[in-house]
Amino acid sequence: MDCIEINKTGFQEGDQMIRTLPNSKSYLSGFRLFTLLYFVFLFAPLVVTMILAFNNSMFPSLPWKGFTLAWFFGEGPEKTGLFYDKMNLRAIATSFKVAISVSILSVAVGTMAAFLFEQEDFKFKGALYFLMIAPLVIPGVILGISILLFSTTVGLFIENTFGIDIKILRPGFWLIVLGQFSFITTIVTMTISARLKKFDRALEEAASDLGANRFEVIRLITLRYLKPSIIGGAAIAFLMSFENFNTTTFLISSQPTLPIILYQQVRDGSTPVINAISFILIVSVSIIAVANLYYGSKEKNT
Amino acid sequence: MKNSKISKIRWSFVIFFIPVFLWLFLLIVLPHLELLRMSFQGRSGFTLENYRAFFTEPIYWLTFVRTALYSILVTFIVLIIALPIAFFITKVVNLKLQGLLLVFLLVPFWVSELIRVYGWMILLRESGVLNHFLVGIGLFKQPIEMLYNDITMIMGLVYTSMLFMIIPIIGVMESLDDSLIEAAYDLGAKKIAIWREIIIPYSMPGIMSGSIIVFMLVLGSYLTPKLMGGKNSLWFTEQIYNQIITYFNWNQGAAFGFLLLVLSSIIIWIALKLTKQDFRKVIK
Repeated sequence: MDCIEINKTGFQEGDQMIRTLPNSKSYLSGFRLFTLLYFVFLFAPLVVTMILAFNNSMFPSLPWKGFTLAWFFGEGPEKTGLFYDKMNLRAIATSFKVAISVSILSVAVGTMAAFLFEQEDFKFKGALYFLMIAPLVIPGVILGISILLFSTTVGLFIENTFGIDIKILRPGFWLIVLGQFSFITTIVTMTISARLKKFDRALEEAASDLGANRFEVIRLITLRYLKPSIIGGAAIAFLMSFENFNTTTFLISSQPTLPIILYQQVRDGSTPVINAISFILIVSVSIIAVANLYYGSKEKNT
Repeated sequence: MKNSKISKIRWSFVIFFIPVFLWLFLLIVLPHLELLRMSFQGRSGFTLENYRAFFTEPIYWLTFVRTALYSILVTFIVLIIALPIAFFITKVVNLKLQGLLLVFLLVPFWVSELIRVYGWMILLRESGVLNHFLVGIGLFKQPIEMLYNDITMIMGLVYTSMLFMIIPIIGVMESLDDSLIEAAYDLGAKKIAIWREIIIPYSMPGIMSGSIIVFMLVLGSYLTPKLMGGKNSLWFTEQIYNQIITYFNWNQGAAFGFLLLVLSSIIIWIALKLTKQDFRKVIK
């Protein structure tokens, strides 16, 4: 709505639209105000959450009762800080294990998928590609229940026919990993494919003319070229896994991941220890995101 | 020589193909077939009861329709906000600031949805920060509960899905040649006309892929409607969750899940047909 307003006033003054043309003050300041408001909207909840992590109060709300680090380092019993909160610490550890497993698996398969779709030709390639991008448009909740139903059916079948109980097929760590892997690999594949598309295949031909076989070429030339996108893909996979709720919630057993346990605390109300967790997550995610962008832009320039 | 080259290519093909095929077949195709099969299962074999329940119980199909309509509404609101922001960042702001704004844009979206929603809860609830200030400056006599209603829920959904509209549009707008806008301007086109005739048609692939991703995210979101919506603003994913987790009625849950999948596919298909876009070009 604001945008139309801005355009109208801008037009009446007969100025121009983009930075290569001179712009009127009202047009620019209107645009700036809109963008500024948007960024305030974007950051307000995060900033408030972070500030209240240091409030010396039993509730994550105002009034401000003084600065404290108790929600990080408090030993209890009145205020148990994050570093003494066993339940949350255990969930963070689980999330780390899941996220690392998902990153490794999805980068391995995603790299192979990128090679498969960019460099190989085969029948039904279009259909397989369609399947590969399908997880992007399948709601995470549905992915979660489908995998839960399927693994349970297969698990029951194997148990009834062979008398073997396969743990992986039960809700728990590996099913969470598989569930997240199923759609995160699509994102990783697309990240790596995007870079592989720009790769000059003459380099591969040169290497194979010099006597390298296909796998030597991939290992020595192509994978090195892909390295930034592989690191980027791994970072994205890690973050997506770490924050996933919708798919994971159907696949947990006794060891929940952090988003699940945070959800229960947020829903039922909790002390500002959640703000302390949020503070650490927001800060570390910002560092990872900035590092990733910086790394990416450095690669682009060279 | 040629023969050996072909056989080498075959080997690499097999090595790349097998894991990818296993992933897609075991974790995407078969689970969804199982979802379909389970949705037709009852206590005594094949049944249509799960689907009949959906169409005869108003609470089910009303939630379904509401979820669909609200998802479309949220997608439109997100689009209207995203277009000027994307345009400002790609074309108007000076280049030094551009990189910084992009980083600022991205960072909040890497923070878990749960934490973002939690931030809004701290801000908006009755004992929240906003009420504290508004009562403090005397604008409100008493704190007002701003959470748990449809408007707040829609705002929350807009907030959580914004980026997925802005980024694809920026991606397309970046390649829009400034001279097109300059030429139109020199020929006397008005701003509205430039938006209508040049910028929006040019950005259409980005708009479509953004809209599809946002629509899917909103339709499939669970946390935001659950935590920010009121008792009456039930989302369809909550119905699925209730069936599977609370009532342990997996067959009913499977039917709901399948219906949601069908609904989302149909709406995306219609949107693509209406705007004459190709799915494979949109999702790239």
